[in-house]
Amino acid sequence: MYRYDEFDINFVNARVDQFRDQISRRLNGDLTEEQFKPLRLMNGLYLQLHAYMLRVAIPYGTLSSRQMRQLAFIAERFDKDYGHFTTRQNIQFNWPKLEDMADILTHLADVEMHAIQTSGNCIRNVTADHWAGVAADEVEDPRPYAELLRQWSSVHPEFTFLPRKFKIAVTGAPNDRAAVAFHDIGLKVKENEDGEAGFEVLAGGGMGRTPVVGVTIRDWLRKKDLLAYVEAIMRVYNLHGRRDNKYKARIKILVMDLGADEFRRQVDEEFAKIDAPEVLLPEEEIQRISAYFAPPDCEKLDDNDSTLDGHLKENTAFRLWHDTNIATHKIPGYAIVNISLKPIGGIPGDANSAQMRIVAELAERYNHDEIRVNYEQNLVLPYVRKSDLFQVWQELVDAELATDNLGLVTDIICCPGLDYCALATARSIPIAQEISNHFSDAGKQREIGDLKIKISGCINACGHHHAGHIGILGLEKRGQEYYQITLGGSGDENAAIGAIVGPGFSYAEVVPAVDKIVDTYMDLREEGETFLEAYRRVGAAPFKEALYAAH
Amino acid sequence: MPLIKDNSFTKDHWTALPDGLPLAGAVDAIISFKRLEQDWDEISLHNGRVGVLLDNSSDAEALQPYLDRLDLVVLEFPVFNDGRAYSQARIVRSQLGFSGEIRATGDVLPDQAGLMMRCGFDSFEVSGGQSLEVWQRAANSLTLSYQRNYPKVGEKPRHDRSERAAAILTDTDRAGAAL
Repeated sequence: MYRYDEFDINFVNARVDQFRDQISRRLNGDLTEEQFKPLRLMNGLYLQLHAYMLRVAIPYGTLSSRQMRQLAFIAERFDKDYGHFTTRQNIQFNWPKLEDMADILTHLADVEMHAIQTSGNCIRNVTADHWAGVAADEVEDPRPYAELLRQWSSVHPEFTFLPRKFKIAVTGAPNDRAAVAFHDIGLKVKENEDGEAGFEVLAGGGMGRTPVVGVTIRDWLRKKDLLAYVEAIMRVYNLHGRRDNKYKARIKILVMDLGADEFRRQVDEEFAKIDAPEVLLPEEEIQRISAYFAPPDCEKLDDNDSTLDGHLKENTAFRLWHDTNIATHKIPGYAIVNISLKPIGGIPGDANSAQMRIVAELAERYNHDEIRVNYEQNLVLPYVRKSDLFQVWQELVDAELATDNLGLVTDIICCPGLDYCALATARSIPIAQEISNHFSDAGKQREIGDLKIKISGCINACGHHHAGHIGILGLEKRGQEYYQITLGGSGDENAAIGAIVGPGFSYAEVVPAVDKIVDTYMDLREEGETFLEAYRRVGAAPFKEALYAAH
Repeated sequence: MPLIKDNSFTKDHWTALPDGLPLAGAVDAIISFKRLEQDWDEISLHNGRVGVLLDNSSDAEALQPYLDRLDLVVLEFPVFNDGRAYSQARIVRSQLGFSGEIRATGDVLPDQAGLMMRCGFDSFEVSGGQSLEVWQRAANSLTLSYQRNYPKVGEKPRHDRSERAAAILTDTDRAGAAL
């Protein structure tokens, strides 16, 4: 993991002091709310429906046990004993007070964390594949580049008042678990014909009211040109992105208006003006930062563990959890443990302080002190020995963290919606809870198979509904909540935007509609065909028929 | 409008000259970019110093042919969160190598001044109510920075492209900063 040095520590502390002063100037009237707003947003502080909300960055989703315990402490001391893991590798605290804010940021700085640029029209928390460094399919660990980008973008002098927010995601594997095509800039580590690793650069992707799959603007970029090339993209966007209409201000609109070729030409022209681009990212710095992410000392183990096999034979509940929640590790004898934060009927992504502490404890004892947070609002223990899996599972069961539903219909992504958010037009959490309860039967969930339901409570799409196999978007018409359903979206390497299936549904009609969609799929699927595969084969017609035809 | 330079209020020697008014005497005149282009022959012979006001939707590189004759470039912030002039200043200072004064005008707030300085601005037209004490504190509140290829708050603007620097802090920089 990256560790702050003295400079990094001084930097976050100085930023906290700066914000403390800004808060006091707001409180004594030197700053108007309008002037204060961008300052507080760039320190992660929102004003929501009922209270302030603090969004804390978990850069590229990596946490130590000590950091997780500090989040538990903040939840307990300054919030109502829980936090909400978001779809962007952040955690949100929903009930802090303005007067506590600088102290909370100090507590975060104490464990090398911050809330810098988790909001505002600036470069946001840089996200990455949550299985980085451990996935069997990886070309290279993407986190050193995410960390370089984090440092480079922190209070950047030129790119802090952009036309709109700006999100960068990095993956190091061909199977895209970071949804890079749905980011303003998406980076994929890949090798060129000579076997040298560099980046494919995508730009102009995004969700929101105009969902767009990003386009490749550079097939392959030298690693050492990364910061210069990103700077060129940012400058073109900062100068030419629209500022007259906030709904048309994201880079995707600029890329669409110019066309990918013209956008690429302008970026290349700007890039060519940067004198010796490789100077911006010295090779020694890539190596220095990469060294922090070297894998921990893992034992040489046999990939098969007989005690694990025994437990799998004897304990059905353990086997079911193992089948869904364990992923293949690149080191023999180790496993990736996915901890679902989607208990049946629960609030997706929420964890209380006791649960955070248990995860911290498990990470310390079994997992080289490392925890990952993913954009699907679950947690990951990336280095568990197979021989420890049964013990880890038992402790997760005790903490109510052993829900065996990863990737299944109840593993729902969901934004906070009208229960918290000032932008929301409809509730999303209760919809997620009702769907979860409806499909609570473990056997039925397995029979349905891989199915990603994603729910947003407004057009801004924080719940990624456009990328849901089944997407649900909550809207409001004449004072009533209603829900649009989209089908066929996907956030992986074959990214696709879901298509609206037809007229919307009332709150009460959503669960029956989802049920009909699932039944239709199960009736028409061929052997081994997932929901998404079936949808891509047959299209929307059978689903429309099931949902809308008068029978 | 009060003018701040080097963290102090300072007398403004420049006169903003509306288009159409004659450029006469030895006055230090700020003219529009449109006029600069149209009346270049007359302007190049002017006895006083010449400054230009460039709006924030214009291409900063268009200033290049005129920069040798210019002592001041004025860039605008119509509202504080319209950040185009940060990039314009960076282009004028770093890519075009301008060593004269770059002035921020419009909605110029103390909390943004540190960023502006780092992009190459060195003077600031502020609203009448601006307290110098608040300005000094806010403008200099975050003096640490990661981007070595931009000057730090309080450092002289760099217009010499021969000084190449990384866009992040290198190990050597960190050791120096921690002292």
